[in-house]
Amino acid sequence: MLSAKAKTQFGNFLFVAPYMFVFAWLLVWPLMSGMGLSLFKADLFGGATFVGLENYGRLMSDPVFLQAVGNTFLFVLLCVPPLAIIPLILALLLNRSTRTAAFFRGVFFSSSVLSVTIVTLIWRMVLIPDGGFFANILAVFGLPPIPFFSDPGIVMGSMAIITVWWCLGLPMMLYLSALQQVPQDIYEAAALDNSRWWTTLTRITLPSISRTVVLVVIMQCVLQFQLFGQPQLITQGGPNGASRPIVLFIFEVGFRRWDIGYAAAASQILFAIILLVTLGQYLITRKRTGDA
Amino acid sequence: MSHSRNQKWREIGVLISLIGLGLIMVSPLIWTVMLSLKSNGELLRSTTNAFHPPYTGENYAAIMANSGVFRWLLNSALVSSLQTVGVLILSSLAGYGFARLEFPYRNQLFLIVLFGLAIPEQAVIITRHQMFADLHLHNTYPGLILPGLAAPFGVFLMTQYFRAIPKELDEAAMLDNASRFKIFWKVLLPLTLPAQATLGIFTFLASWNDYWWPLISATRADMFTLTVGIASSQINFAQTSGLGYLMTQAVFASLPILIVYIIFQKYIVRAVAGAAVR
Repeated sequence: MLSAKAKTQFGNFLFVAPYMFVFAWLLVWPLMSGMGLSLFKADLFGGATFVGLENYGRLMSDPVFLQAVGNTFLFVLLCVPPLAIIPLILALLLNRSTRTAAFFRGVFFSSSVLSVTIVTLIWRMVLIPDGGFFANILAVFGLPPIPFFSDPGIVMGSMAIITVWWCLGLPMMLYLSALQQVPQDIYEAAALDNSRWWTTLTRITLPSISRTVVLVVIMQCVLQFQLFGQPQLITQGGPNGASRPIVLFIFEVGFRRWDIGYAAAASQILFAIILLVTLGQYLITRKRTGDA
Repeated sequence: MSHSRNQKWREIGVLISLIGLGLIMVSPLIWTVMLSLKSNGELLRSTTNAFHPPYTGENYAAIMANSGVFRWLLNSALVSSLQTVGVLILSSLAGYGFARLEFPYRNQLFLIVLFGLAIPEQAVIITRHQMFADLHLHNTYPGLILPGLAAPFGVFLMTQYFRAIPKELDEAAMLDNASRFKIFWKVLLPLTLPAQATLGIFTFLASWNDYWWPLISATRADMFTLTVGIASSQINFAQTSGLGYLMTQAVFASLPILIVYIIFQKYIVRAVAGAAVR
């Protein structure tokens, strides 16, 4: 009797077994062994000596890594607020069931289906001072071109502009589906009250979709902390490392210098940063909505 | 009276802002298409004539003659389709298992899978690269396809979806003495088609546009995906004299996915909305 039950349970487990195998093999195991590897001084040719936390200590005093951390935070700060606000504005404008609205939804989402290599190819020719689209427009007004990629003070802003253009489709769709969940009768009541547009927006619409705003901000933070392709393809991290994010640092150390223990340590730090930022935002917003 | 006139002005205002924002949105794309229709020699002198004739198709002819691009296109299509099929099969099986069947440590295992959602690709990349090197999987199709199968999002989505299906359905089938697999295959799976579409579209798009893993795993030009192939010709951008050719590559490489997008637009929009509501 018991063995029959055990047999069924084993049969049941077989449904999840194929995925669990792939999950353990390709995600859990590399994560664990990556944490282990970060404690070794290791190179590609199998030489590995245990060094404890030395890699982490090295990172903390490595100016290249610290600059990359600073660059990454700067980038997140520059592009997450526009990625939370611009799609919201678009969603508010497009929250109607006309053909025009459907067409514009398609237009604003179209950039999201392109790969990073195409996006950088396009935007390089838009922003490049020598013959770029933007420079040509400035020239019409007799203005000098802006050094979007060669000025260390501007380059991360340029990356943020490109990224906002590329990534605004998904948050817009998330906002639109949230707006459609807001019960219509609340709006009808507000219309009877003759509420002004602004009051309706701040008193009804925004509070009703606050959970989606939080979701968008957290999602974009997680995503944008992993910035890589845009600077890797356009500036290779330059000028003077001003556009080198953490992931590019990991890539260079791990796959160009093959200092893999050191790269593994850097990737654990990125993982920790993402976890902490996500968890922090989640706790703050949960506390706030709990108070309300 | 004045109320409806207000409304009309507001509609016009909305339309004008949409046209303005839409133009900003598409102008980089139009610019790229225009440059791709110019001869390389002319662009070397100046780009200011991009919106005036003469136009030429020579860059497109050059792309057609370059077989490398077609190889990359084929690689991308193969990798993305197989990865999508693999994710759909694994996630459906596991989703059914987690949502409906009993086995030891079920809830604990599901929780661990959920935690997997928080693991960024970079945290596993170094050791995964080592593993694949030991198994000689780099520069092979399995090497490009396998890592995408481990993503937990599909399992999460399918489990939620199976849970939402009324239990009476499988109980009725159980009375007919149908096997678990038969219930899964004949009764429940057809009901999950909308979720399969959502998951399939997301997986295909993500796989098609993936840059980070193929960049590391495929080092031989004949194993490049389209994304990596386009990147490889972009690296020496500064020295290039073939500006029009590069822009043609951008147009050419974005065409397949833009066509897929236009055909499936309705489903993609629904997929995103569906995933948002969950």
